[in-house]
Amino acid sequence: MSNLIQLNNNTAQIAENAWVTAQLPASNVEERKQAGKVVLFKLTGEETITDTQIADTVIPASGKVIVPLSVFIARKELLLSRITNGEIGVWLDTHELLADLVSCQPDLNALPIIAVHLERFADGRIFSLSTLLRTRYGFKNELRAIGDVLRDQLFFLKRSGFSSFLLRADRSATEALASLSDFTVPYQGAVDEPRPVFTRYNRPI
Amino acid sequence: MYKYDQIDQQIVNERVAQYRDQTRRYLAGELSEEEFRPLRLQNGLYIQRHAPMFRIAVPYGMLSSKQLHKLADLANKYDKDYGHFSTRQNLQLNWPKLEDVPEMLAELATVEMHAIQTSGNCIRNITTDQFAGIAPDEVIDPRAMAEIMRQWSTFHPEFALLPRKFKIAVSGTKQDRAIVQAHDIGMEFYTDSAGKLAIKVWVGGGLGRTPILGSVIREHLEWQHALTYCEAIIRVYNLHGRRDNAYKARIKILVKALGIEEFKNQVEAEWAHIKDAPNTITEAELERVGKHFEAMPYENITANDAGFDASVASNPAFAAWVKRCVHAHKQTGYRAVTLSLKPHGKAPGDATSAQMHTVADLAAQYSFGELRVSHEQNLILADVKLSDLFAVWEKARTAGLATPNIGLLTDIICCPGGDFCSLANAKSIPIAEAIQMQFDNLDYLHDIGDIELNISGCMNACGHHHVGHIGILGVDKDGSEWYQVSIGGKQGNDASIGAVIGPSFSAEEMPGVVQKLIDVYVKERTPEERFIDTVRRLGVTPFKTYVYAKEVVSA
Ligand code: HEM
Ligand code: SF4
Repeated sequence: MSNLIQLNNNTAQIAENAWVTAQLPASNVEERKQAGKVVLFKLTGEETITDTQIADTVIPASGKVIVPLSVFIARKELLLSRITNGEIGVWLDTHELLADLVSCQPDLNALPIIAVHLERFADGRIFSLSTLLRTRYGFKNELRAIGDVLRDQLFFLKRSGFSSFLLRADRSATEALASLSDFTVPYQGAVDEPRPVFTRYNRPI
Repeated sequence: MYKYDQIDQQIVNERVAQYRDQTRRYLAGELSEEEFRPLRLQNGLYIQRHAPMFRIAVPYGMLSSKQLHKLADLANKYDKDYGHFSTRQNLQLNWPKLEDVPEMLAELATVEMHAIQTSGNCIRNITTDQFAGIAPDEVIDPRAMAEIMRQWSTFHPEFALLPRKFKIAVSGTKQDRAIVQAHDIGMEFYTDSAGKLAIKVWVGGGLGRTPILGSVIREHLEWQHALTYCEAIIRVYNLHGRRDNAYKARIKILVKALGIEEFKNQVEAEWAHIKDAPNTITEAELERVGKHFEAMPYENITANDAGFDASVASNPAFAAWVKRCVHAHKQTGYRAVTLSLKPHGKAPGDATSAQMHTVADLAAQYSFGELRVSHEQNLILADVKLSDLFAVWEKARTAGLATPNIGLLTDIICCPGGDFCSLANAKSIPIAEAIQMQFDNLDYLHDIGDIELNISGCMNACGHHHVGHIGILGVDKDGSEWYQVSIGGKQGNDASIGAVIGPSFSAEEMPGVVQKLIDVYVKERTPEERFIDTVRRLGVTPFKTYVYAKEVVSA
């Protein structure tokens, strides 16, 4: 059974996963902590990707592949024809910068899919990243949550602009479907419904 | 106060169903401890020393009689027949069972209550002045905006899992009573030179182990933009706040690291994109919500009441209570009343179910069926007629709710501490009780006058010890409990963080230490000076010298 939930016109269904996710090989360089440096807050305690890792990342020679942002930036020239063919997507970690993606690929909508990878389900940066991808950078294609994706966050992910969810391998996507409709009428505007409740309804006093 | 419509009720009902299923999955082993944690926290459930602790939201401190009756019933049915009112205007129960919480939430939903986002790394209950709407010095009643912000922050998808908790306070008075400067975001409403409602926005305040007062990020924000401006602030924080170290994860650390100017630039750049987005508040919405907070149907009565004056003249105990527990009111002939939850020798902020029922009945009979919780952990009847005060006093006194100590030394703000809290270094409630017994003389207390004493059992500062005129902090030295004392802290417009006077003390020494601080004040004060004024004038040294010198002498 597939672990992918896809939204089509707001209906959620289980779908086959047409994309392979290319992974960075494990790093043999020790994790570098960068405490204190202000601009690097978002990198604090997170691994820095090495050139060797980027070079050693295996991208399958054919078919649809989602490649890591760092690899995409470093090896984009070699992928150009496959990008044109709609065979290449990009995934990023929650501490990576959207600005890096956009400066390398100004036309985001040439990518059929962007994925954001959750290392820990409780990392709420993912919601701001997807909100910005949809509202600031105008990304219209499939936006997918991957990694530590659990059903109790699906409602928030959907509201923040994600259109597909690859549930963590040990969880049932079928059971998770129910959580997408935990709430019927949300209060505030967000990506999926920008109007807050007070402009959508004529509420009684 | 705000009354739910169908939409509000549906959201709360759906929340109960959601959490019921989450609890079921947790108990069935489908959710790990770690996965369940943020879910239960955002429904108010901590796991504590004795049992789970359950925190019920009291939005900006407003309660109806019906709601308080329900809280009393819950404390009786699911807990040990009492509850604890917290410094963030919520109610905590210390002994519920995890399995019972879905049912408790279902019962709360029947009276338009919930425990949504009362803990966890999300936007918490929005707090304000307990005298909102009735204070004579009020410029703007902030409650309509607080309610609009409550709705906006409820399940805000982008801010569902922030680096750390996020607290917002709003205030609409000249004299700040909501400690806006000690919050992640503080909003001070005022009328601008064009006569329009505007907001002064503070950011990055907070107590905890790194006490910092907020900085002004915007002097003037038009009220319509309150939500989008908060979104810009919280988005910058959500993306850039530290997530690797819980002690450095509050927004204050980010603001301090970037500097307020740089932080402001980032926020303003973000806001430029979302200003005027659909979450901009409309006139119609402010008006709709504002209708829920219109003035009570007051009677047209005179400023004086002969019966009241006679009682004050003839009954010193009543007069003492009026002096400390009765407060001025916008409306002629009305007063606000503080019911003290600080009787000497009892845990500050605790109320039994019976007391809650009594207060609910008093509110129904004398104060339009509403009441408030103050961040000083007392209960307030906001709209009592002068002629009813004596009757209220008699009933409150019978129920142990009329200790005339509001604003005095024994009106202690105190966290649950080592008796209940697993993070504690030391107990705090027994210290409060011992100090209350040391000063168990009302005449003396009145002579000492206005003073605030705050106690926290550890540097998380739930008892706000940094802003206490006297602050007491539990510290751990080689596994035993000690207390560090600071003086000169203050909340309000001229807020300050207290200075530590020196090495810490044992529990037994504490009442004596406070006594010595008071002795220095009584000796040194000028006639019009409060304790805090004397400390500010003289500095820490004379207090320090006396407190520590004595030990040498007696040794
Ligand atoms: C009994 C269990 C409790 C636990 C485990 C607990 C835990 C904490 C922790 C860890 C912090 C520091 C957070 C930080 O600085 O980032 C904190 C802060 C705070 N707590 Fe508690 N708390 C408890 C009870 C209470 C109670 C009963 C109250 C109210 C009387 C309270 C009011 C506060 C307040 C006002 C702060 C804010 C300090 C600030 O803004 O920095 N807490 N709590
Ligand atoms: S200050 Fe410390 S001891 Fe007191 S309640 Fe907060 S975390 Fe617990």
